[in-house]
Amino acid sequence: MFAASRFHARNHSNYWAFMLHRISGVALALFLPVHFWVLALAAKSLNGFLVWAHQPLVEYAEAGLVLLLALHLTGGLRVLVLEFLPWHNWQKTAIAISGGVSLGVALVFMLNLT
Amino acid sequence: MDSRVLQTWELSLWRGTEEGRFASYQVPCRERQTVLDVVTYVQRHIDASVSYRFACRVGMCGSCAMTVNGVPRWTCRTRIAEVAQGNRIAIAPLSHLPVIKDLVCDMSVFFEKWTTAGGAFVPTPGATDNFAHIPPDHAARRAADAAIECIGCGVCYAGCDVVGWRPEYLGPAALNRAWTLVNDARDGAGAERIAAVAGDAGCHACHSQQNCTRHCPKHLNPAASIAGLKRRAAAALWRGGS
Ligand code: HEM
Ligand code: SF4
Ligand code: SF4
Ligand code: FES
Repeated sequence: MFAASRFHARNHSNYWAFMLHRISGVALALFLPVHFWVLALAAKSLNGFLVWAHQPLVEYAEAGLVLLLALHLTGGLRVLVLEFLPWHNWQKTAIAISGGVSLGVALVFMLNLT
Repeated sequence: MDSRVLQTWELSLWRGTEEGRFASYQVPCRERQTVLDVVTYVQRHIDASVSYRFACRVGMCGSCAMTVNGVPRWTCRTRIAEVAQGNRIAIAPLSHLPVIKDLVCDMSVFFEKWTTAGGAFVPTPGATDNFAHIPPDHAARRAADAAIECIGCGVCYAGCDVVGWRPEYLGPAALNRAWTLVNDARDGAGAERIAAVAGDAGCHACHSQQNCTRHCPKHLNPAASIAGLKRRAAAALWRGGS
């Protein structure tokens, strides 16, 4: 009963936006170093790199990273707008815009790959 | 949830201090019963040793806040039928505050933080000589008005995750109070107050999760007040202030 209640007390769009921002931030901190490291390993020969970069797994992983970055970037911009412009009650719209733009960016990235 | 079709509430009440347990009670359903009515029933008819606080019963004093089915609420103006899960209801003291006994918390830390955040009005020299002229539609006046009706119930404080993570965080209520004074043209301690709230445990610790705004029974928006303080603190830093 209490686990459900703890959830209930936090189940509103601004809290979701916060969680998404935190999770994407932590995930970026974890995966970006891996991304750069693997990139550095693979880039030792350009040809090998191009072949490597076209593996489906790599492409999906990269698209995931772009989605994370887009989510975190737009989420971060949302926080900045919210706190540094005079307060308005269109925050839900800001959350929706931030989510929508992120998905859009990730999709464009995936389309570009194919 | 129609309370008339139910016979009894299955109540779990927190008994003890920080160490304690939920005890079960059955309380007859009445129409338009509040959560506070149900706790009062237990104390008057089942177990007189149950401790809880209330004073006004009409949402003015801010003394009756408790955790009701996991959510911090004022109990005197919360209809039990609107928050029960079926006929089950669990009532605990507010989170983030030391428990004295049963449903009674020690609110001292909560109010000490109001003082730390510069919650006391400091009149400008000469302020008492004459009435201040503050037009009702003045922007600062409206900002203060929007935040002034706080009853000090502690619901926002209990609902804020940052208070839970960092016990030294001043919290939404104290910062909301500071914001009303920052916007008060008669107050002369603006710079000191901004310095008091701009520290590590002050307004910048808030992540704008807005649990406070979500749960405040007076429909205030402490998150917006805190955002206002963040802007003032940033502006003070920009101008080379504290
Ligand atoms: C792309 C531009 C970026 C912007 C505009 C941005 C913006 C922000 C902002 C405004 C916050 C504060 C959120 C809050 O107060 O709750 C934040 C938190 C954070 N950021 Fe970023 N960030 C960016 C890039 C990154 C990157 C590349 C990483 C990973 C290395 C990262 C990791 C984090 C983490 C872990 C947090 C803490 C999350 C939290 O407090 O909830 N950020 N970011
Ligand atoms: S908006 Fe800030 S003060 Fe309000 S609940 Fe969230 S973290 Fe706490
Ligand atoms: S801001 Fe709202 S929830 Fe917080 S103490 Fe004041 S009245 Fe209670
Ligand atoms: S008893 Fe006064 S606010 Fe509930």
